[in-house]
Amino acid sequence: MSQRITVIDYGMGNLRSVAKAVEHVASAQDEVLVTDDPELILNSDRVVFPGQGAARDCMAAISDHHLNRAVLEAANSKPFLGICMGQQVLLEKSEENGGTELLGLFAGQVRHFPGGVAPDGEALKIPHMGWNKVNRQTDHPLWQGIDQDSRFYFVHSYYVDPQQQDLIAATTDYGVSFASAIARENLFAVQFHPEKSADDGLRLLKNFVNWNH
Amino acid sequence: MLAKRIIPCLDVDAGRVVKGVKFVEIRDAGDPVEVARRYNEEGADEITFLDITASSDDRETIVHVVEQVASEVFIPLTVGGGIRTEDDIRRMLNAGADKVAINTAAVFNPEFVKQATDRFGSQCIVVAIDAKKVSDEGEPLKWEIFTHGGRKPTGLDAIEWAQRMSDYGAGEILLTSMDRDGTKIGFDNELTRAIVEAVPIPVIASGGVGELQHLVDGVKKGGADAVLAASIFHFAEYSIGEAKQFMDQQGVEVRQ
Repeated sequence: MSQRITVIDYGMGNLRSVAKAVEHVASAQDEVLVTDDPELILNSDRVVFPGQGAARDCMAAISDHHLNRAVLEAANSKPFLGICMGQQVLLEKSEENGGTELLGLFAGQVRHFPGGVAPDGEALKIPHMGWNKVNRQTDHPLWQGIDQDSRFYFVHSYYVDPQQQDLIAATTDYGVSFASAIARENLFAVQFHPEKSADDGLRLLKNFVNWNH
Repeated sequence: MLAKRIIPCLDVDAGRVVKGVKFVEIRDAGDPVEVARRYNEEGADEITFLDITASSDDRETIVHVVEQVASEVFIPLTVGGGIRTEDDIRRMLNAGADKVAINTAAVFNPEFVKQATDRFGSQCIVVAIDAKKVSDEGEPLKWEIFTHGGRKPTGLDAIEWAQRMSDYGAGEILLTSMDRDGTKIGFDNELTRAIVEAVPIPVIASGGVGELQHLVDGVKKGGADAVLAASIFHFAEYSIGEAKQFMDQQGVEVRQ
């Protein structure tokens, strides 16, 4: 069965990589669309919501593209995958840029890493950049075929701290243990970049493309 | 915790990998797409392309190389060589690169790094530093920035330069010892250590790898966050998998 998978384009970050990776795992009949058109987003079967950059810029871009309502509606109604800033902006407020109001789908804050030094003496540089372990907290269909504590590629300085602990689908340690993945019903959102995380990343994207929720 | 990254580097001239590659099962050793695919299968954590194309007519070819690689290799890709304008950066990112490495253009116009990080974000701006030791035996250690493949001194102190680039928003430093580049006697770990201690951003050690122990030393003695090598992987002396296994045995955390 063919389906339309939409990658939301609001001018923040490298959507080409995300779209290419989704195309790579989707079936030949599937249509992968990169768009900022709210109508097309709401008419698609699945939605990928990526994003890079500062919180304030991302929120301004979402608003400039008139996407607030479409993003929230898609996040509440169809298989939805948030990536990086596409995870963070789902919360209420970020510490970035002196305090930035976010979309507010989930209660909780986006916080800056404390930095400092890890127990093993290793400096915790910011941004948190590179391959870190993702410790699954739930038995979600998107983890299928991915080993516990597999490494995924991260690049970020802020992390989500949701109020509701049962949203947390995975945690990662970097001075703090943070929610590297959150999930609720039709929504899954990750801090890492599955589109840059080699086989395990592609596996997660494939699981998303095949996810029947 | 974060794994130490292993980054194979490909020198690309007019769209072809320059140094020969002796992989079995590889049809065209000069095809950057095939080589990149192979490194990805072996477990490379990132891949860096260094465009050494001399003729400006052929400069566009690296864009196509990046496009092709990015459509089938899903790990971070960095492109360096000839990045001089914001337009160069945009073209590479649009082609599918995750980061660009700025070298000479930063030396001639340091503000360019500031503009680039403001515009595209620190996460995608790597500053490449080519440094040579200029202190004599018995003197306090001192390294200077050189351009033109290590031929032209700039008068810039390497540590001060790295700090300035970090202040300007660089997300990472790619540090090459021009004394060691091509020698196969190991990284200049004193240089790496000096830069690592001077800046809060990740440092990639480069220049001089001839055996697997050198990779371990770059992390343990130099304190590098990532190690970059070209020839030991190109000539298939070691696979990336072997390198990772060795590093793991020596107590370095790697992605396996």
